[in-house]
Amino acid sequence: MSEIIKLTTPLDDAQVEKCHAGDNVLITGPIYTARDAAHKKLVDLLSANKELPIDLKGHLVYYVGPSPARPGQAIGSAGPTTSYRMDPYAPEILKAGSKGMIGKGEMGASVTEALMKYKGVYLAAVGGAAALIAKSIKNSKVVAYEELGAEAIRILEVENFPAIVAQDCHGNNIFKEGREKYEITA
Amino acid sequence: MREILYNDIVDKVAEICISANYQLGEDVINALKKSRQKEDSPTGQAILDQLIENATISKDGIFPLCQDTGFSVFFVNIGQDVQIKGGLLNDAISEGVKKGYTDGYLRKSIVIDPIKRVNTKDNTPPIIWTDIVPGDKLRITIAPKGGGSENMSEVAMLKPADGAEGIKNFVIDKVSRSGGNPCPPIVVGVGIGGTFEKVAWLAKKSLLRDIGDRNPDPYYADMELELLEKINKLGIGPQGLGGRTTALDVHVEVFPCHIATMPAAVNIQCHAARHKTVTL
Ligand code: SF4
Repeated sequence: MSEIIKLTTPLDDAQVEKCHAGDNVLITGPIYTARDAAHKKLVDLLSANKELPIDLKGHLVYYVGPSPARPGQAIGSAGPTTSYRMDPYAPEILKAGSKGMIGKGEMGASVTEALMKYKGVYLAAVGGAAALIAKSIKNSKVVAYEELGAEAIRILEVENFPAIVAQDCHGNNIFKEGREKYEITA
Repeated sequence: MREILYNDIVDKVAEICISANYQLGEDVINALKKSRQKEDSPTGQAILDQLIENATISKDGIFPLCQDTGFSVFFVNIGQDVQIKGGLLNDAISEGVKKGYTDGYLRKSIVIDPIKRVNTKDNTPPIIWTDIVPGDKLRITIAPKGGGSENMSEVAMLKPADGAEGIKNFVIDKVSRSGGNPCPPIVVGVGIGGTFEKVAWLAKKSLLRDIGDRNPDPYYADMELELLEKINKLGIGPQGLGGRTTALDVHVEVFPCHIATMPAAVNIQCHAARHKTVTL
């Protein structure tokens, strides 16, 4: 297996370019969370040319709706949600300065294009490894749309958050390449 | 008539809501470990290791297995000699869900209306399927169902002429198109026969079986194993990133059907294959 790449957020182009589909990464630093409802609100603001409640520049957006935190814990379980639901929004979010996203499952061709155009990276976290992932989240604070509950936008402080480069800024896609490699025909 | 108290049902339901979401069944853990030994993809191996570790962490009762603690789906067997005292059965189950999802710090994932989408904030209402059975016991099973894998499910009204091959192709094609979305490794629930609504129910119900439990009819037991083998040749692998472990098992449930129809359904279950039962 290739060496583990350490990413420190916010990301710059050089860090994004280092990531190739299939690489293992550990993320440290602040990341934003947003799911379906929050994406809709952000993209509505962007199309109306209005200011966003968060500064996306260089940031990763994590597709997650955590379970409630117990007293004394930063967060509850916090694994990724399925990313294709954010396909319609992701190119706009990248265009607005974000450097990529964390989720699960393949993202569409328009997202691959946007990753190449705006230099971003799509990282896959392990869906359902939510308790394990929670251990790498040191802090969590709601920063926008509190009324959305589990879907509110939070800023998380993560330390060595494990993920795999799924779709990179060079046009590679591990969902396609990985599957081809292990498919048994005949 | 044997009396069962409303409040006892509330408490027991709350308990199984919590235990289902924190304690992964031994059958699933063993299946993950076995698959880990057979997995060739290094990424796949690492993912399976993470899932096994995840189940160990959640056992401590602080972090649920998955943040998506699901729609609370219940299968209830009511002995016909049982009388429930103090209220309605459905209300007791609903109140148990509310209590379990609050006390257990589980995520509330239900919206009151599919279009207006306002959260009910206590994960109610549950979905409750009841069956009247002989005896004086009340048997309640919860199977919390996550949205990611539920979204990859489908019903097909096939033609009788499509036969067994048509069914197998439908199942394999559905799993293939789902790729990494339903959090593989998955358990594939298949319903065959009945009517449009019954077949979806059969597919869901099949997911209550433990991993490794075969259909009692040898014909369908063979079909389960054949489908499992073919699905694991697709190469989708853990999380869809490539590998040998796409499914942990396939369960087929069958029901008689009309001379003109052959309904089939696939209900995909992620590796967080949660279900817990309590008998009162
Ligand atoms: S599909 Fe299952 S494991 Fe994946 S996020 Fe949903 S509930 Fe969790």
